[in-house]
Amino acid sequence: MKQKLVVIGAGMASGRAIEHLVETAPDAFEITLFNAEKRGNYNRIMLSPVLSGEKAYADIVTHDEGWYAAHGVHCRFGEHVVGIDPEMKVVVGENGHMPYDKLIIATGSAPFIIPVPGRDLPGVITYRDLDDTNAMISAAEKGGKAVVVGGGLLGLEAAAGLAERGMEVTVVHLMGHLMERQLDEAAGYLLRGDLESRGITIRTQASTKAIVGDGRAEAVLLEGDETLPADLVVMAVGIRPETRLATDAGLEVARGIEVNAQMQTSDPDIFAVGECVEFDGNLFGLVAPLYDQAKVLARTLMGEEDAFVVKDTATKLKVTGCDLFSAGDFADGEGREDIVLRDPSRGIYKRLVIQDDRLIGAVMYGDTADGNWFFQLIKDGTEIEEMRETLIFGPSFQGGDTADPLSAVAALSRDAEICGCNGICKGTIVDAIEGGASDLGMVRAATKASASCGTCTGLVEQLLQVTLGDDFEMPAAQPICTCCDLTHEDVRRLIKSKELKSQDAVWQELGWKTRNGCHVCRPAVNFYLLADWPLEYRDDPQSRFVNERKHANIQKDGTFSVVPRMWGGITNPTELRAIADAAEKYDVPTVKVTGGQRIDLLGVKGEDLPFIWADLNKVGLVSGHAYSKGLRTVKTCVGTDHCRFGTQDSTGLGIKLEQVLWGSWTPHKVKLGVSGCPRNCAEATCKDIGIICVDSGYQISVAGAAGMDLKETEALGVADTEQEAIDLTIAFVQLYRENAKYLDRAYKWVAKVGLDWVKARVVNDLDERARLIEAFELSQSIYRRDPWADQTKAAAAFQPLADLTLEAAE
Amino acid sequence: MSWIDIGAIEDIPLRGARKIKTALGCVAIFRTGEQEIFAASNLCPHKGGPLSEGIIHDQSVTCPLHNWVFDLNTGQAQGEDGSISTFPVEIRDDRIWLDSTELAKRSAA
Ligand code: SRM
Ligand SMILES: Cc1cc2nc3c(=O)[nH]c(=O)nc-3n(C[C@H](O)[C@H](O)[C@H](O)COP(=O)(O)OP(=O)(O)OC[C@H]3O[C@@H](n4cnc5c(N)ncnc54)[C@H](O)[C@@H]3O)c2cc1C
Ligand code: SF4
Ligand code: FES
Repeated sequence: MKQKLVVIGAGMASGRAIEHLVETAPDAFEITLFNAEKRGNYNRIMLSPVLSGEKAYADIVTHDEGWYAAHGVHCRFGEHVVGIDPEMKVVVGENGHMPYDKLIIATGSAPFIIPVPGRDLPGVITYRDLDDTNAMISAAEKGGKAVVVGGGLLGLEAAAGLAERGMEVTVVHLMGHLMERQLDEAAGYLLRGDLESRGITIRTQASTKAIVGDGRAEAVLLEGDETLPADLVVMAVGIRPETRLATDAGLEVARGIEVNAQMQTSDPDIFAVGECVEFDGNLFGLVAPLYDQAKVLARTLMGEEDAFVVKDTATKLKVTGCDLFSAGDFADGEGREDIVLRDPSRGIYKRLVIQDDRLIGAVMYGDTADGNWFFQLIKDGTEIEEMRETLIFGPSFQGGDTADPLSAVAALSRDAEICGCNGICKGTIVDAIEGGASDLGMVRAATKASASCGTCTGLVEQLLQVTLGDDFEMPAAQPICTCCDLTHEDVRRLIKSKELKSQDAVWQELGWKTRNGCHVCRPAVNFYLLADWPLEYRDDPQSRFVNERKHANIQKDGTFSVVPRMWGGITNPTELRAIADAAEKYDVPTVKVTGGQRIDLLGVKGEDLPFIWADLNKVGLVSGHAYSKGLRTVKTCVGTDHCRFGTQDSTGLGIKLEQVLWGSWTPHKVKLGVSGCPRNCAEATCKDIGIICVDSGYQISVAGAAGMDLKETEALGVADTEQEAIDLTIAFVQLYRENAKYLDRAYKWVAKVGLDWVKARVVNDLDERARLIEAFELSQSIYRRDPWADQTKAAAAFQPLADLTLEAAE
Repeated sequence: MSWIDIGAIEDIPLRGARKIKTALGCVAIFRTGEQEIFAASNLCPHKGGPLSEGIIHDQSVTCPLHNWVFDLNTGQAQGEDGSISTFPVEIRDDRIWLDSTELAKRSAA
């Protein structure tokens, strides 16, 4: 005898389950199918193409009347089930009872409606079924404005469809970027751009407060009291499993109806399938797992063994022209590594997330052709170690011996951007190489590619290799030291892009081969971290050379020198008296006037340092940083105050500059000179930054040298006012801090990036200048202080840990 | 053996060093890890640099004057003809203990 099988809900999950049943065991069940909608199964996920007009309802029907008739499925469409009686084993429909032997609940989800005033007004629609879709289509016929609340998959498909039908659409999204559950910020940003380019307005971090209108929806009111006029409001903020029947019937329900791996609920004769279930703490919102459930359910009902397992799912957005793909887990996390590929000119972004040599997540935008291949790697947990270098380029670059990063570069299109700083595409570079540029320097000269931040150097070299073949000899990149394989430039770039904010993060993420670096790399990494993350990372004294750790220059006999600051070379009797007293009190053997317009006390014992500093501090003398990779001196001349040729207050400007810049750490030392006229008594034109005052203002020049190399400064720009001169100086110092290799003096760094590149940022781009100044000030909010004053509080650390002179001599 | 308590482990910064005075010259105590400590002569055999002022990395120290690198396990300078004496040192309940008989013996030798 046939068993009575009753199914509540003719959705995508139950449709698939019934199909399996009637195909494999046509005589086992007498099936009754209830559906609240006035129709049978259709492909719900294709409602969006119906909304946009690309498809008609007829195209998306999966089971028509003929199919149900042919398979003896008794249909009760348009009839709500209002109750289940598990004792009596009957289902209560609006039009009468129906007894069952086995029952399937497949009620799907209900759209979540945010509980704001006005949510019930006519003109507020959710997006779940054909009726909703038809309501939107007819609303759009009148044109006007639509507001879609929710920037997830459903909301965006609704928005795109309505825009396609001619409505003026605004999407209101609570989070910082669109589809935040499926996309990272970079992909969310590209998606936003694409949607905006088709006229859709996107409002992120916007919270809906109410829907207002007289008798029907007229506007959406945002938190902050902004009003968005709306003829139609689409609520697409999420879904909730439709569990009401199950709850009322006394089944176990958490967020969804709880089922075991056989899709059985707490009542052995009642099963549940689809979005209404919760399995092992998981809810479901995409069809792939529901199809797995449907198969398991059908086999269970036929008495066969099967078990449902949760697998990763992949998402695509069905908006023509918005090509996105996301799968697996792509949140940042410990032990996770990213491979990122960006082609800004083609709007392509790909990010792979790797953990323990396996791909665990992928986000792609713009080019999703390889999405399924990546998805398979995720699902299979394939070890990717072998193909890691070329993984991001997709399956066509894998396979045996041909795996080669060069072929990936070769495959890039001619308009793929190689040099982001200068906007140089592959084609331009290849043309230059074919036109005779045979090494990196010549490519730089011809195209400017890799002449700025230099992070694309590797790609340019690969292009040289691809284009010239054996004629090109790849120069070996110079790693920082033997602790790692990366260059200074790579490390700087990766610290920024991977947001590495601690030494441990750098060691781990950048594959350091030593436990904590060495005396070569650790000071460099310490500087890069503090320059890029002034608030998050704090300077580590144990990663500094002795001079910077002790805040004094070590001498060849192990004593130290003490150089207090004399702002702009100006001092007074009180300071000089304090210096004289200190020299006597601490038996300083040598007192010398330095080449930097101040006084050096040489030969101070390490133990005495905190005390001599404390004495000097008393009259306001602070550290001169004569030991640091930071601001040293600002040499000045007397200027207008006394000199008959002086044009501006060079002394005053020098003091101001020294007071803004002091305390900052820089890649190498920084020295300034400010002269009051072109006679240049402060020797400004051989400093890192030199200012010559003239009648009309201030000539600012940079990148001079007077140490191991001798080089005149080069003109950076002319400032009309003193403030502008200060601004240009700060911006230059900050650009140097952000970009230079550790231990490159400014002149070496400028020679690498080119003075034009520096000018473009510091002089011509006012926004960038302002950003640089702001970033410098942020860092100085921590570092503009006297280290001597801080150290005097820890005087004990300057003393021997113990004195065993007596014991050891026993 | 005569073990002497010379101070608390947290008196030395992580990856830092302090020196102790002995009748036979200064000894540097290096803290290479949270609970990892070494003792060796403070004097660089090259030109007398104070090793307690060097940068400490892994289980090594780099002399602050001319960058000789010493392995603190053996005292051997990397790639140079020179070495420093090392001494038994232990951590017991977050205190640093040094064997002073060893110290006297070896420094004298
Ligand atoms: C004290 C002083 C010499 C003096 O008696 O006048 C001095 C002393 C030292 N200089 Fe200098 N320099 C001093 C002015 C200069 C100048 C002239 C100036 O600043 O006007 C220069 C040329 C300009 C320049 O900076 O390039 C100068 C170019 C150097 C260089 C070469 C830098 C280069 O990039 O070419 C070094 C080596 C280094 O920094 O790597 C150096 C390094 C040193 C060191 C720190 C060597 C060291 O690492 O131990 C010396 C410390 C001696 C000590 O035991 O205290 N010193 N040094 C001057 C201190 C100025 C001050 O008040 O802070
Ligand atoms: C516009 C849109 C686009 C989508 N795009 C995608 C996509 O691209 N990819 C993807 O994987 N997924 C997509 N989805 C999600 C996918 O459609 C659902 O995961 C899937 O339809 C859920 O299947 P189900 O059988 O659990 O529920 P449903 O398909 O919702 O079926 C449940 C049925 O039960 C009926 N019902 C509910 N309660 C009762 C009751 N008491 N009595 C009688 N009948 C009742 C409902 O009327 C409904 O017809 C999309 C969904 C929508 C709405
Ligand atoms: S010139 Fe040489 S010797 Fe003289 S202070 Fe500078 S570094 Fe020392
Ligand atoms: S004194 Fe130690 S290396 Fe020269």
